[in-house]
Amino acid sequence: MESVFGLVGKDFAIVVADTSAVHSILVHKTNEDKIMVLDSHKLMGASGETGDRAQFTEYIQKNVALYQFRNGIPLTTAAAANFTRGELATALRKNPYMVNIILAGYDKETGPSLYYIDYIASLHKLDKAAFGYGSYFALSMMDRHYRRNMTVDEAIELVDKCIMEIRTRLVIAPPNFVIKIVDKDGAREFAWRESIKDAPVPTLA
Amino acid sequence: MSIFEYNGSALVAMVGKNCFAIASDRRLGVQLQTIATDFQKIYKIHDKLFIGLAGLATDAQTLYQRLVFRHKLYQLREERDMKPETFASLVSALLYEKRFGPYFCQPVIAGLGDEDKPFICTMDSIGAKELAKDFVVAGTASESLYGACESMFKPDMEAEELFETISQALLSSVDRDCLSGWGGHVYLVTPTEVTERILKGRMD
Repeated sequence: MESVFGLVGKDFAIVVADTSAVHSILVHKTNEDKIMVLDSHKLMGASGETGDRAQFTEYIQKNVALYQFRNGIPLTTAAAANFTRGELATALRKNPYMVNIILAGYDKETGPSLYYIDYIASLHKLDKAAFGYGSYFALSMMDRHYRRNMTVDEAIELVDKCIMEIRTRLVIAPPNFVIKIVDKDGAREFAWRESIKDAPVPTLA
Repeated sequence: MSIFEYNGSALVAMVGKNCFAIASDRRLGVQLQTIATDFQKIYKIHDKLFIGLAGLATDAQTLYQRLVFRHKLYQLREERDMKPETFASLVSALLYEKRFGPYFCQPVIAGLGDEDKPFICTMDSIGAKELAKDFVVAGTASESLYGACESMFKPDMEAEELFETISQALLSSVDRDCLSGWGGHVYLVTPTEVTERILKGRMD
């Protein structure tokens, strides 16, 4: 089961996701990136049905880009979150997307923010959020150690504690995680935490 | 588990002497897990009209957005705010529209009508209105709330006493319900002012 979690620090927000693509008992790949970069200052970490996840996050990404093309300015994080909720809510009673989303962004005027959007389109702005079986461990670790206005180093320390807990205590724990950060300089990949590397592609000697 | 018990909620509205109070808990949960302890369930439509939405959070948010839309249009056309009785009929109609695929919400509506007479009502998820002169309740803690309100309520309470009564009724009821709690949110509305207070109760 996929784990996604995120938290807000001082002038930045972090989203962490596991990177295993699983079908039944088979692990297809261990380096699947589940955190979509929506635009220069937004991250969307998603967990759930694989096809829905890939399709829906790409759909949101393209619509966020379209808004910027049409209007010349980017969406705020709150607006992107409410748009995402609206799309999920409209689809809910027709053909629901089974995707849980953690949307993190940085706005010049309001700073960093994090939005929890579950698959039935419940939206809430939070400082820390998590989805999946890993959430039982990540949320408890964050409840214990999270403070407001943490530095990047402190936040990464907390993220590593959460990852350790998930690896130790979850029976089918995902081996690898990707960490992405968004701050005033933009949204980017921060680090990977790997305990299993995919077999390297053999090259001709 | 029932879809009405997925997120957890407790809502109560009470009538006082020329005033009313509407209160809710603050928990947003996903079944057994608590997601947030600052979730808003009472929304202001205008200065003298509040609606609380119990039940499924996503439907509460969708319904609130539709109601604000309808009320803003009404304000543009009629150049005045909606009366609580009218608003209650609007909510009832919106809910019955979805009779065979309903919003999983129970609204609690409270407002000051003509001559600032307090008005409260609640509805089931398909819009059956229940008007009351004293108090209305909704949510997962509704049974406890009925008992607490019935024993604590007195007619024609002044604002401060009404606030005390509704707060005690809410806190004691949510303490018996695992799906609601984590504090309380109370709005006390008189013809001249609106007071919003946050209650600290058992945080569990």
